[in-house]
Amino acid sequence: MEFGPYLMLATLEGAVTAAVLSLTAVGLSLVFGVMRVVNVAHGEFFMLGAILAWWVTSLIGGHPALGFGVAILCVPVLVGVVAVATDVLILKKINYDPERTIVATIGILYIIQQITLMSYGPDARPIEAPFNTRLALPWIEFSGGQPQLYWPWGLSTTTYKIGVIAAASVVLTGVWLVMVRTRLGLVMRATQLDREMAMAFGIPVERVYALVFGFGAALAALAAVLIVPIQQAHYLMGGDPLLLAFIVVIIGGLGSLPGTVFAAILIGVSDGIISVFFSPTLAKILATLLVALVLVFKPNGLFGARRA
Amino acid sequence: MTKSNKTPAKSTRRAALKTLALGAGGVAAASSLPLWARFASAQSAEPIRVGFQVHRTGIGAAYGRWYDRTTTAAVELINEGGGINGRPVEIIAEDDGTDPKRGAEVIEKFATQHNCDIGFGTLFSHVVIGSAPRAGELKLPYFVVSEGHHVASGMLNRYTLQPGITDVKSQVQAMAPFVADKLGKKVTMIFPDFAFGHDHRDYFTAAIEAQGGQVLEHIAIPPTETSFTKYFPKIPRDTEVIYHVMVGPAVLTFVKELGEFFGPQRPEMFGFIDSLEAVDIGSPGLEFLEGTYFWEGNPRYAQADQSSYDKFFRERVNVDGNGASLSDPKDVSTYAHMFGCWETLHVVKAGMEASGYQGSMDRGKLIEAVEDMTNMPHSNAHPQGAKIFNGKTHQVFGHQYITKVTNGKLLLAHTTSIEDTMYPDEVDYTAQPL
Repeated sequence: MEFGPYLMLATLEGAVTAAVLSLTAVGLSLVFGVMRVVNVAHGEFFMLGAILAWWVTSLIGGHPALGFGVAILCVPVLVGVVAVATDVLILKKINYDPERTIVATIGILYIIQQITLMSYGPDARPIEAPFNTRLALPWIEFSGGQPQLYWPWGLSTTTYKIGVIAAASVVLTGVWLVMVRTRLGLVMRATQLDREMAMAFGIPVERVYALVFGFGAALAALAAVLIVPIQQAHYLMGGDPLLLAFIVVIIGGLGSLPGTVFAAILIGVSDGIISVFFSPTLAKILATLLVALVLVFKPNGLFGARRA
Repeated sequence: MTKSNKTPAKSTRRAALKTLALGAGGVAAASSLPLWARFASAQSAEPIRVGFQVHRTGIGAAYGRWYDRTTTAAVELINEGGGINGRPVEIIAEDDGTDPKRGAEVIEKFATQHNCDIGFGTLFSHVVIGSAPRAGELKLPYFVVSEGHHVASGMLNRYTLQPGITDVKSQVQAMAPFVADKLGKKVTMIFPDFAFGHDHRDYFTAAIEAQGGQVLEHIAIPPTETSFTKYFPKIPRDTEVIYHVMVGPAVLTFVKELGEFFGPQRPEMFGFIDSLEAVDIGSPGLEFLEGTYFWEGNPRYAQADQSSYDKFFRERVNVDGNGASLSDPKDVSTYAHMFGCWETLHVVKAGMEASGYQGSMDRGKLIEAVEDMTNMPHSNAHPQGAKIFNGKTHQVFGHQYITKVTNGKLLLAHTTSIEDTMYPDEVDYTAQPL
């Protein structure tokens, strides 16, 4: 494949990764930003979203779009409820103590993973995409000084992949609007800035915490529902998104929404391009190296505010 | 996660006398006897314990599920026929998580904790390579069902044998002439990046070059990968044939994305059925496979000239004519590989009977008895086809099948001879001490 079309394909693939990754990472970042909880179980909420999406679609049957539509509406809510329960039953009991929450969320990770293994089983199961048409993409070539369109071999994407990118953009805009324009967002930001002052002003901080934890998990679940028609649901699928989400959140700055989205696009697209041109291993190595550099030179992340 | 096939011992003396009186008629009634009575003629009524290293979890889980079902069915059949040397066979199954490190631990448990007579059943090559050295040290006969060339290459030891399934080197050697003659000489290979895939890379490249062809590009993909489109632009434009073999939980995604990448302009395709084991070939997105070819260890769909042995095997493992479970048509089997468990257990039975196997002190004799085997005729014990065992390299050789996707089914297009799959010995394990 020539360089131009090759680069375009890599960018498209990277954009899908970036879309899903930014949803997952924003969830993680929100939980850390507001609650100061490093949620190691975040990847398992992602996985749970995919598994439940499979369960809902296979329960409903009929046209693939019907099951998928129901799944995308109710699965994030279901996972959110599970997360709220986890928050109230576990994290609250240990007073959100930073060290203990890490250990607790590691425990939650294994519990969710093993319960899935015991019930859903070890197989990867597919969900049919609600719509999926292959789109061949054109490329411009100059012959005799005149630009000409042609259709390179293999340069294509699918309508569903474009749909994923669009859906993620819409949801992220929505999250941003909620944070900036609504009372709910105001309350969250207030809690993030100063927990005790927020309490003094009568903000029910514990309820905000439960809500934020549920919301973060729901975003991860939504990302998973979007990706299952491309990748299948599997009980071990939470590992990679967790690692990448942490990388993204560290680079973008923990708790910074625009930073997280920027870093997700950076990591997602560069992962796509580097994997295509060199190797997927090199892409992971470079991402990890970038994390190390950010931690050394800009410990609060590219967009992170300095904390006292 | 230990499973035992023992029937609960609830017989009272009165019930036993009644059954014995009823069953005194003859051999035909033998199966109605309780287990202890059926095996009473043996010197020891202790069961023969087969340590079954099974991929219940991890990337090999789909294979593990069917290896488990096939093994259970084979043991049932062997026990119905009176067991081995008058003793019942008991399966001690232990999950290895498709992980080499855990594999070695499981072997150790079989030998020291469960008192198993043999270890058996491993498929994934990295688990075999991780476990075999421990089996050799513990002198536990280790019967693998793995396809890897590691047994015959001399990399392992005298205690590791592969008598029930052919190895990748012989498979690809037999495929290369078909690929070169029928499909094209410029090949791009896509394979999983671990020992099994490397066998494909090394031996197919050599085999196709021997046919005057060449491999334009080798594309290695980690078996845990979940998205594949990013690898495909490496496929050179002048590729005539795509040679694909993939394993792991995401095989369906792999094949689907391959189809989406090419669209209507696909080159010829030759795949190892591993890319679609346990996957329904009618899954949405796989329509582009129509007219492509697959290697199959054993054809998934019952063919027009189905042998009575294949019919018998299908019945016993509860698989229908489309290679899916009788109880759930969506649960597609790993039909091209799982016969290996069945055949291996029958080889173990034959070996134990030939050596008069009594207990762990006879393990060496068992190895020697299996090494002495050569011809294995097509039969209920060998439903995939006739085989020739090479005692020196511990590897069996057999027919290979090439099927073509026709109207959404895999129909037999070519069967290789056993001679097509043979290559010169690379090791003589019989020279190693027992």
